[in-house]
Amino acid sequence: MRSHARLTPIAVALFALLSACGKKQEPAPPPAPTPAPTNDDAAARARADSLARARQDSIARAQAEAERQRAAAVAATVGVLKTPIYFAYDSDVLSDTARQALDAKIVILNANPSVKVRLEGNTDERGSDEYNLALGQRRAAAGKRYLTQHGIADDRIDIISFGEERPVVEGHDEAAWAKNRRDDTSITAGESTITPTMTR
Amino acid sequence: MRVRPLALALAIPLSTAVVARAQQDTSRGVRIGLTYQPGTKPAVVVLAVRGTMGDTVQAMLQRDLDYSDRVEVIGLPGTSAAATTQQLAGNINYAVWKSLGALAAIQVTLLPTGMHVSLHDVAKGKVAQEQDFTLEGAPGSDTWRLGVHGASDEIERWITGTRGIAQSRILYVRGGRIYVVDTDGADDRAVSDPGTALSPAWSPSGRLIAYSVLTERGWRIALRDLTTGQARWLATASTGLNVTPVFSPDGNTLVYAHGEDAGTDLVAVDLASTGPGRRITVGRGTDNTSPTFSPDSRRVAFTSGRSGHPEVYMADADGSNAELLTAFDFGDQNYRSNPDWSPDGRQIAFQSQINGQFQVMTINLRDRSVRQLTSEGINEDPAWAPDSRHLVFTSTRSGTKQLFVIDAESGRTRQLTHAGGSRLAAWSRILAPSSK
Repeated sequence: MRSHARLTPIAVALFALLSACGKKQEPAPPPAPTPAPTNDDAAARARADSLARARQDSIARAQAEAERQRAAAVAATVGVLKTPIYFAYDSDVLSDTARQALDAKIVILNANPSVKVRLEGNTDERGSDEYNLALGQRRAAAGKRYLTQHGIADDRIDIISFGEERPVVEGHDEAAWAKNRRDDTSITAGESTITPTMTR
Repeated sequence: MRVRPLALALAIPLSTAVVARAQQDTSRGVRIGLTYQPGTKPAVVVLAVRGTMGDTVQAMLQRDLDYSDRVEVIGLPGTSAAATTQQLAGNINYAVWKSLGALAAIQVTLLPTGMHVSLHDVAKGKVAQEQDFTLEGAPGSDTWRLGVHGASDEIERWITGTRGIAQSRILYVRGGRIYVVDTDGADDRAVSDPGTALSPAWSPSGRLIAYSVLTERGWRIALRDLTTGQARWLATASTGLNVTPVFSPDGNTLVYAHGEDAGTDLVAVDLASTGPGRRITVGRGTDNTSPTFSPDSRRVAFTSGRSGHPEVYMADADGSNAELLTAFDFGDQNYRSNPDWSPDGRQIAFQSQINGQFQVMTINLRDRSVRQLTSEGINEDPAWAPDSRHLVFTSTRSGTKQLFVIDAESGRTRQLTHAGGSRLAAWSRILAPSSK
């Protein structure tokens, strides 16, 4: 309804423009000897309505398209926030690639102050199941330390270890193991408030 | 009345070979490939037992004695002698038993209150020992089974001088739950709620267990009373990572590994008080897990990454005087972990990475000699039986993770579980018959 009220002056202006220059588009009404004021008003109103609806449709389509693009941009932002970072065997050292991924997360966290996350440390299947819980805890702590050292508040980042209990790839070779040695990031608060954020 | 053990002094050859050869599953009772010197293990026959639960009792006694690796059981199902002994049920026939090579014959009579056992000395042609055993609980129930296992253990003491270990149970993890199973693989059931649970441990009495549970906030430690089913959280382990709880043998202390932002350290908690835990390792950001107590509760061994890779360390129970235990080169792999202290205090079992795979090892604490017990597949998490001779461990040799039991003296290995994904076993002490 609100858009209709907004559209009416535009429709009127458009109609004025069209009637000023585009008579060819419509068959000219036969000249009435004495045109009744009611008929003209009705026709004018009908044309205004039709233009208004067309205008509404195109604006709605534009809005829907903008919404889609925005949703895609939000999803991409969430995707960057949730991107895993990977580790070498028996190590909690952050690689350059891992740091870059964390840098991108820092931009998003700074732009979305109500967002909180949980870093989840994981290992491959080799070695002591329980020692791997400690290693996963160290990997999550390493990711958190990087974020807090770059200004993210401590209470915005939880950490937890899954050790070797939650592999993303079931397999017994390095290809599988490399994919499992990771920190995952899950969003624990504020996900619905995330705005599209450029991270470069 | 003291019973003199029937067997001659058993000269079971101690295996000094570095790798135990006998890795085949011998659950059918027929050994292939192992040779025993005559006279090193007394041979016994267990007569068929009359009554509704007779077959069950006979089978349980036969398996328990066989699994002890101290007694040769004649007439196990699958051998030709079985048919003969079945025919002899209830009949005393010393001549036939002698011809089978039996030193002793075990005769069981079921009673309303339990069972009566007579142990026949075949050479002397008479009963050497007999006793009534009370069996509590409904026939076939877990309490009843534990009572039958207790009788097996006592019979073994009559025969060999050493009491058996059948009257005990094993905790383990499968599918995120804690399970308990009898030593013969029977009565396998879950004792924790569905979820993600790890690291079960027995209290000395066998009544309480401790284990780690994954919650939204992190890993917490649950204490559960197996008799009542009641469980509570360990209050001091409320945040971060809390894993590998163990009870001290004197029952006073619980030690577990606790990690937050800066490594994982061992923490000791007084079970009688409600005070905070004491940190007993100073990890300086490294990881310390899997504590195990010496039998006098004075020392602990544990896994630590403080040298840059996981090794096994020993320290006093308050954490002082820590020393590296696995101070040797073993191939080019550097990963040794998951120690378990034998109940007699003489050895520590652990796992070591060799040629890319983990194997079960033991180290003698007197002379620091090391033995490798396994070689096939990946073998981890060793846990000693009450006799300081058998171990339960996790192995992938059958294709999935299963629990196996090995006799460290002979190398004889048998598969305990048959559902894949079984791991992280803990062996109880001998359980009193009233324990559930």
